[in-house]
Amino acid sequence: MSGVVSYLVFFATMAAILAIVVLGLNLQWGYTGLFNGGVAAFFGAGAYVTMLLGGRPEPGQFGGFLLPFPVAIAGGILFAGLLAWFFGALTLKLRHDYLAIATFGVAVALESVARNAEWLTGGAKGLRGFPRPLEASIADNFLYGLFFLALVLAVLAAVYVGLERLVRSPYGRALRAIREDEEAARSLGKNPVRLRLQSFVIGSMIMGAAGGLYVAFYAFIGPQDLAPILTFQVWAMLIVGGAGNNRGAVLGAFLIWAAWTASGFALATFAPQAMQLYTGPIQYILIGSVIVGMLLWRPQGILPERIGQGRR
Amino acid sequence: MIQNVLDGVLTGAVISLGAIGLTMVMHMLRFANFAYAELLAIGAYAALVFDKVLAALAPVLASAFKPLTLSASLALATLLAMAITGASAVLLDWLIFRRIRAKADALSMVFASFGVALIVRNAITLAFGHDAKLFSKDIAFATVLSTDPLILVKADQVFVLIAALALMAAFHIVLTRTAFGFALRAVAENPNLAQVAGVRLSTMIVSVWLIGGAFSAAAGVFYTLTNHLSPALGHNFLLPVFAATIVGGIGSVYGAVLGGFLVGVASALSLAVLPSGYVPAMPFLIILAVLLLRPHGLFGEDQA
Amino acid sequence: MTAALTIEALEAGYVRDLPILRQVDLVAERAKLTVIIGPNGAGKSTLIKAVAGLVPVTSGRVLLDGQDIAGIRPDQMGALGLSYVPQTDNIFRHLSVRENLALVLRRVPEKQARMAELFVLFPALAQKRADRAGSLSGGQRQMLAIAMALAPRPRVVLMDEPSAGLSPKIAAEVLALARSLTRQDVTVLLVEQNVKQALGVADHCYILAEGRNQLDGPAAAILADPVVGEIYLGGKRMSAA
Repeated sequence: MSGVVSYLVFFATMAAILAIVVLGLNLQWGYTGLFNGGVAAFFGAGAYVTMLLGGRPEPGQFGGFLLPFPVAIAGGILFAGLLAWFFGALTLKLRHDYLAIATFGVAVALESVARNAEWLTGGAKGLRGFPRPLEASIADNFLYGLFFLALVLAVLAAVYVGLERLVRSPYGRALRAIREDEEAARSLGKNPVRLRLQSFVIGSMIMGAAGGLYVAFYAFIGPQDLAPILTFQVWAMLIVGGAGNNRGAVLGAFLIWAAWTASGFALATFAPQAMQLYTGPIQYILIGSVIVGMLLWRPQGILPERIGQGRR
Repeated sequence: MIQNVLDGVLTGAVISLGAIGLTMVMHMLRFANFAYAELLAIGAYAALVFDKVLAALAPVLASAFKPLTLSASLALATLLAMAITGASAVLLDWLIFRRIRAKADALSMVFASFGVALIVRNAITLAFGHDAKLFSKDIAFATVLSTDPLILVKADQVFVLIAALALMAAFHIVLTRTAFGFALRAVAENPNLAQVAGVRLSTMIVSVWLIGGAFSAAAGVFYTLTNHLSPALGHNFLLPVFAATIVGGIGSVYGAVLGGFLVGVASALSLAVLPSGYVPAMPFLIILAVLLLRPHGLFGEDQA
Repeated sequence: MTAALTIEALEAGYVRDLPILRQVDLVAERAKLTVIIGPNGAGKSTLIKAVAGLVPVTSGRVLLDGQDIAGIRPDQMGALGLSYVPQTDNIFRHLSVRENLALVLRRVPEKQARMAELFVLFPALAQKRADRAGSLSGGQRQMLAIAMALAPRPRVVLMDEPSAGLSPKIAAEVLALARSLTRQDVTVLLVEQNVKQALGVADHCYILAEGRNQLDGPAAAILADPVVGEIYLGGKRMSAA
């Protein structure tokens, strides 16, 4: 029984971390119409920098500065934001899909750095050893799990409330205005490039924050955490929940993470031995089908955008 | 160093072939198609299957043209694969992209293309397995062109380069000498006026997918002839073909060809400086350089 | 007198439920030059684009020699005998003069002979046949655009402000060319801002305002009408209200 509960706590913590990423993407894609092809990169950037700043020192390894968790995660958030600012400033003036290509490229580049720059990232074996916040004060593992879940949920709630305020403010209306009709927004004195860049940077910083929490949760980060599948999962969560609706984003994160976990479990339990090697591809096909199917048949998601006219 | 350039030219030819169709599709349908590079994998695997079938039906076809490892059955299989891949590209457009195009914005198309790529790549993995495949188990011996510095060239590599250039030359002739080529160029420049001039857009979209699919299949086969084949082929070529397209300027066929060679050579040269693990990131650095210096590419006209 | 092109109660616009044209009627007599004039935003260009198949028609009919062509795709119009010359961007700049013509002659029988005829008709283009169309002067571009429209031997030619942006001398040449087409049994329907010159060469004139018919009559009568003269020729524009 306690095994089930502690698994549920574990599951909810991971789903909540992913929900934070989805909220960041929702600001970019749902409210501003920006395509982020490298969600995993901004999540990973936040995670690695948090690890470098707050992790334990290892011989022959850069980083491990043992900074307090809030400082370390702030560094991760800042780095994710800088990365977004640099590539956003380069591409947001151009054809809309350049951002998609550039962010996809960032993800590929960052993954290859994570795999190869051993002095910095630990290479394929990744980085481990992270003093989790207040770990010393809460001795019991189960209680600590509950505490960490509460921490993640608090961050999720803060991000949710912050974004809700943001999108309902005049600033949020301006973002939607440039998404719907850039020319009209421009004629009203809005600067579409600057607004888009701000939205892109804020969204990426939220992803970076989730990456920092992830590192604190697992006390580990490796190149496989930056794999493109994370980007696909997060997209599927947003489109299932409903782009342009923050409640939908959170709902989608929990639903898709549950489906992903359940399908992985089912395949591992019931699929014949010979198929075990192929559970990954089967799950990837499912994620791809969810994305394409939603776009074809219910592009507005489970909870459609409520404010304004909605996406065409 | 010279060996790197030679290898780079060869990879460049493959990238160029892949980028020709991508630049046309991106220009005409106005979306970055992240499923496009999967056409290389579809083509290579289709050729693998056809080669086996043909060799089984008519064993006489299976012997290689020495010193190439290429056999008559593989040559025929490549032609069949080009047709099948072109048809697959049309089918994917018809089943998915056309329907999304009809009701949603271009970004939904980009989004859908990622989903399609994921499905295609993993369906290939399920069908053929993770492990690397080869067209022929024959060992292709390299000719030593020079011992100091050591420069090795395989007959297959020379063949691939010539065949790729021949395909590009044939396409150049189509573009510059035939009314169909004029129509392709007309649609690229001004789709509305092209319609007024009697060009049916839907026919042109189908044509571009067919050409792109066929060229991608050739690219996939050519790459596999000189390397090996795994389901990651499409993923590995995605960023290089995008880089070639952006370097050349979206919509410019000649830019894509030049861009392909540039990306191939630059990636191969980077091997001399960087550890091989970083090579996948090289096309990204090229994209960055182009975005910084000349955002619309060498020949591009597409504006935001 | 027979009608080559008849427009009946036409409603058309880019957005559904927001027609730009409301119940427009028009008859273009065979082998005559009919001009459409009117203030900016009257829907003149939209009218001929709707006829050419480029603007969706929501109701009404467009009869080309009795056949309803409303709703037919723009690329099929040439084969039906109708050509359209857009106002701007009416040639392919990256194609040579010869390639531009070869494109529109794709489905025309004896295309080489037809191309030779066109080069006789437009000697300035013959000299530049190998040049990129983007390198032509404004007048030459307009000639090429008209040559492209004439290439498949249409029965009806639509022109959207063919004299726009040209010097007065070249503008007069272009309008004279439009006039000369009627002598070869071609029906011409053109939109013009250059009202005085256009009425000088036209047989019949329609005045459009706010997407509706205002007035029509023989070009000479319209030119002589003091009220019309006041509104359209004296430089004063009809107010939008």
